[in-house]
Amino acid sequence: MSKQRTTQPITTGTSVIGLVYDGGVMIAADTLLSYGSMAKSFNTPRLYNIEDRILLGASGEYSDLQEIVAKVKALALQETTNSMESIYVDRKLPAKSLWNYLRAVMYQKRSKMNPYWNDVVVAGWDDQADKPFLGTVDKLGTTLQENLVATGFGGYLAMPLLREKWRNDLSEGEARALLEDAMKVLFYRDCRASARIQLAKCTSDGCIVSEPYELDHSNGWNAPSMIRAAGDLDGDGGW
Amino acid sequence: MFRNQYDTDVTVWSPEGRLLQVEYAMESVKQGSACVGVRSNTHVVLGALKRSVSELSSHQKKLLEIDDHIGIGIAGLTADARSLAKYMRNECLNHKYVFGAPITPALLMGDLADKHQRTTQTYVRRPFGVGLLVAGIDPQFQTAHLYQTCPSGNMYEFYASAIGARSQSARTYLEKHYESFTEASLDDLIIHALQALVGCVSGDDELTKENGSIAFLGKDQKFTMLEGDALQPYLDRLELKNAEEEKDDDDDEEEKEGDGPQAMET
Repeated sequence: MSKQRTTQPITTGTSVIGLVYDGGVMIAADTLLSYGSMAKSFNTPRLYNIEDRILLGASGEYSDLQEIVAKVKALALQETTNSMESIYVDRKLPAKSLWNYLRAVMYQKRSKMNPYWNDVVVAGWDDQADKPFLGTVDKLGTTLQENLVATGFGGYLAMPLLREKWRNDLSEGEARALLEDAMKVLFYRDCRASARIQLAKCTSDGCIVSEPYELDHSNGWNAPSMIRAAGDLDGDGGW
Repeated sequence: MFRNQYDTDVTVWSPEGRLLQVEYAMESVKQGSACVGVRSNTHVVLGALKRSVSELSSHQKKLLEIDDHIGIGIAGLTADARSLAKYMRNECLNHKYVFGAPITPALLMGDLADKHQRTTQTYVRRPFGVGLLVAGIDPQFQTAHLYQTCPSGNMYEFYASAIGARSQSARTYLEKHYESFTEASLDDLIIHALQALVGCVSGDDELTKENGSIAFLGKDQKFTMLEGDALQPYLDRLELKNAEEEKDDDDDEEEKEGDGPQAMET
């Protein structure tokens, strides 16, 4: 029997976006699970809270994400409970260490031509540096640590918007508004995206992942580009 | 007693519920030359008495660096100690590659204790014949730690400890003074370690820069060795301190004697 290797993703999730704001880090993703062009499930969360210290999210193959999360949860639990002093000391796996660990895992899989087909976002609070941490790991094992991240289509559609509006002293409310705005744009223009999204934030006090909720897109058809049929002769003729 | 019947295999219990092979391995640790460890809130200091086989040979190295923030002192079978050091160094490097951060000493000690225990539960292996004093700085909490392993697989954390030949004298000194260690400066800690070591030299020998050895590490201090000439200033300070104390003791005695002949004040 020949060895099977991942050649294409089958069941997928689309963009994960995130930003660092004043006092924390926030990430967002929609909850649509796609099966090619079929919308398989409208309510599959792709953001995870690891030991109340780290946020994990990913786009790409959903089964690989499930595998990664299972491994990560086991690792984080091990860090908390394994040492001989775990009843005296509250030890948590740092977000940065997890990010590096995933790098090693993803790179090894890619080197065997059998990657986890994901773009992973890792966020948390860096206790040692006393500031938020936000980074990505892709299916090749490439790591980036940035103030703004976006995977998949988000890199093309959301990144320019985030870059324009981001400041390093954004309040939590502003951060949320910016992310929601970007998610709305993604819903309009990414055909594998939905308006049902999830938000997650991490501060020095811990992590919280919201329940999925629907963005208000009732005004979508009123957008200028939607009202004016481009096919009219007094327009540009359009397609 | 009945020991000889049940001591050929590490997997055989004695009627008293003891693993005699493990206990014999612990004897090997007691035969090694002395090694002491002391810690404060910010630093850990390891000290050792190096033995030399003959006048022609060099003194056997007893303090080894494992990583920037972890060091060990050994007592017992040196070859076994080197094997353990190699394992620890490997674990430290692997951890740095995978996690991008220095390993937590407490977690490494857990793995080390398990490694020791495994040798006591299979008949094809023997316990490690070496005791280690492990000094480490926790990279996450920036706290100083001193651990001790022994052939049985037991692992404890200590404020201060001593292992090897004649180490009881060192332990007695440490028990008396350990409470002052937590706030002590690095230099004072080194003097304490040397003072503890002085009690472990045999008979006519004395602690010199050839046979003494100190290593220390701290919160913002990488593992550093003090040997040979670098050690001499501390030995001098120790000698001075002991001379002063002796003089103070003599003065106290004279005050008690009263009418006895007066000694010259220097």
